[in-house]
Amino acid sequence: MAEVSCRKVVKEYDGGVQAVKGIDLEIADHEFVVLVGPSGCGKSTTLRMIAGLEEISGGEIWIGGDIVNDVPPRDRDIAMVFQNYALYPHMSVFDNMAFGLKLRKFPKDEIKRRVDEAARILDIVPLLERKPRALSGGQRQRVAMGRAIVRNPKVFLFDEPLSNLDAKLRVQMRTEIKKVHQTVRTTTVYVTHDQVEAMTLADRVVVMNGGIIEQVGSPQELYHNPATRFVAGFIGSPAMNFLPCRVQDGRNGGLALRVTDKITLPVPPDRQDRYGKYKGREMVLGIRPEHLFEYHEQGKPNWTRVDLPVDVVEPMGMETMVHFFVDGAPVCARVDPATHAEPGEMLPLTADLNQMHLMEPDTGRVV
Amino acid sequence: MSATTMDATKRAAAHKHKHSLHRQRQWALWGSYIALGVFVIMFLVPPFYTLMTSLKSSAEISAQSGSPWIVHHPTLENFWYLITYPNFQTYYLNSVMVTVVTVVVSMVISVMAAFSLARMGFWGSQVLATGVFLTYLVPASLLFIPLFQIVGALGLINNVWALVLLYPTLAVPFCTWIMIGYFSSIPKELDEAALIDGAGYVQILLRIFIPVAMPGIIAATIFAFTVSWGAFLYPLAYLYTSNQMVLTVGIISDLIRGDVFQWGKIMAACLLASMPPIIIYAFLMDYYVAGLTAGATKG
Repeated sequence: MAEVSCRKVVKEYDGGVQAVKGIDLEIADHEFVVLVGPSGCGKSTTLRMIAGLEEISGGEIWIGGDIVNDVPPRDRDIAMVFQNYALYPHMSVFDNMAFGLKLRKFPKDEIKRRVDEAARILDIVPLLERKPRALSGGQRQRVAMGRAIVRNPKVFLFDEPLSNLDAKLRVQMRTEIKKVHQTVRTTTVYVTHDQVEAMTLADRVVVMNGGIIEQVGSPQELYHNPATRFVAGFIGSPAMNFLPCRVQDGRNGGLALRVTDKITLPVPPDRQDRYGKYKGREMVLGIRPEHLFEYHEQGKPNWTRVDLPVDVVEPMGMETMVHFFVDGAPVCARVDPATHAEPGEMLPLTADLNQMHLMEPDTGRVV
Repeated sequence: MSATTMDATKRAAAHKHKHSLHRQRQWALWGSYIALGVFVIMFLVPPFYTLMTSLKSSAEISAQSGSPWIVHHPTLENFWYLITYPNFQTYYLNSVMVTVVTVVVSMVISVMAAFSLARMGFWGSQVLATGVFLTYLVPASLLFIPLFQIVGALGLINNVWALVLLYPTLAVPFCTWIMIGYFSSIPKELDEAALIDGAGYVQILLRIFIPVAMPGIIAATIFAFTVSWGAFLYPLAYLYTSNQMVLTVGIISDLIRGDVFQWGKIMAACLLASMPPIIIYAFLMDYYVAGLTAGATKG
């Protein structure tokens, strides 16, 4: 087990295209860190550089206190689980799991002990004699994890391991991965484009975009205190609503956010000071769908009421998504499933502005 | 028009459409059968004629009475003559020896070349891979004169080992090309997983790629075998004594004396010489087709 450290790591391809632009990341021993971001953000490249499958163009990567820039993958003492499992098709499950140990000349008894132990943890004991083609997607992914576990490496690397599975199995395997990590406690770096996977699995989430790290933090931290508009929009499903607004004087000497001619929202008292210096400036208001509610007189009488025409209603069972447009900007509200919202009709809404975020439109920074 | 009438009309149209599709498919099938039938006849008539002639005595062949497609007095004398004829045994052994060595040498070179070109991604590997294939396009008839100089310089004229040196020049490019296609179809993650598991490139080749690419390797092996077993030009150009000859030239030089063609023995020799390829193709055809398809579908 070991800590992993990326210091000013750069990956530049032929032609000068930079996939990773000097990232710094410290991963503690036993930690489960998830790199998340859209396609092309550099997350997989970063993982592959840690694995040694991509050369590093600049900076340093440390694993367990050693600099590994020029160390080949086999000597980094890491194990990797791939998106398409990468099981050796001509070998049985046992041989797949034992392959790395055989190459490292482990005694036969030890190999058997380790494979049996990993198979027991992953519940694949009855599959040990089968070939990969006789396994389902979920079973193959378990074998791929088993192959990683038996080596007892310093670091586990997962490269979008659940992307090939169907939605139901993905949720199940997500829990399995978390359970395995709780059992073996190996330092883990996990790459995914699925923010739900990132939130549910990670001790810390690293949000990447355009080859840089936008923010590192615990799932709760990223959800409640995003540093940038990108993080605010990427974390959370459905995504946060963004509305252009102007900070101006409100009632009773306070501040207000003017969204449209008809919609002006008061800034909560505890944020007056923070937002005061932006008075008169165009900003972006960010508010999550779960912080928009159907307005009820008896509920939150002090909250501002806004009536909006419903565009689309999406009943999900435990909740209902209602979509609107505010001055051309799409807005989604997660409302009570008992709502009577109908497309084309007006729905009275209110917002918990204590949960709002205000961003600079040019930098995207949350203020 | 009522809804019921409209439904009935639509159903009738759908039925008609289905019927016409069925008829088109039947026509296509009949067309395929006829075309395949013509091909089968074209390709099977010569071997059939060879078999018939090989079972005839010299007297029956030269009598030229009755249909040449029917054997009136079948005999195995031609086969017995060849089996007990020392020169024919020498040709056969030489062919087997040259072919086995050629196949082994060609496959070792091709597999290693294809692995490095397909997987190790060194500078210029793409150009080199195309270059390898282009060498296959150079006809052997253009090469045998310059190669004669080389073989002569090596002192291998009229030496069966010259063929072992020359045949791989015909087999390696195409075998390498087949193997590049096959290796390229193996997911990159497989060698990356092996690299992380602790394997070096040699171990990846021996323990992962060769077993996984076995259909491709068998396809390439069959090709190398065919090239070596059936080659005519090089042995004709470089070998001239009976003890060095292989089957292809041995048969014609021994069984055609001036303008005397010993047709019965020639046909029997052809059949005996065809046995190894027929046996190998029969047993490995599925692998051969699978290997060629994998190579073909990978760009």
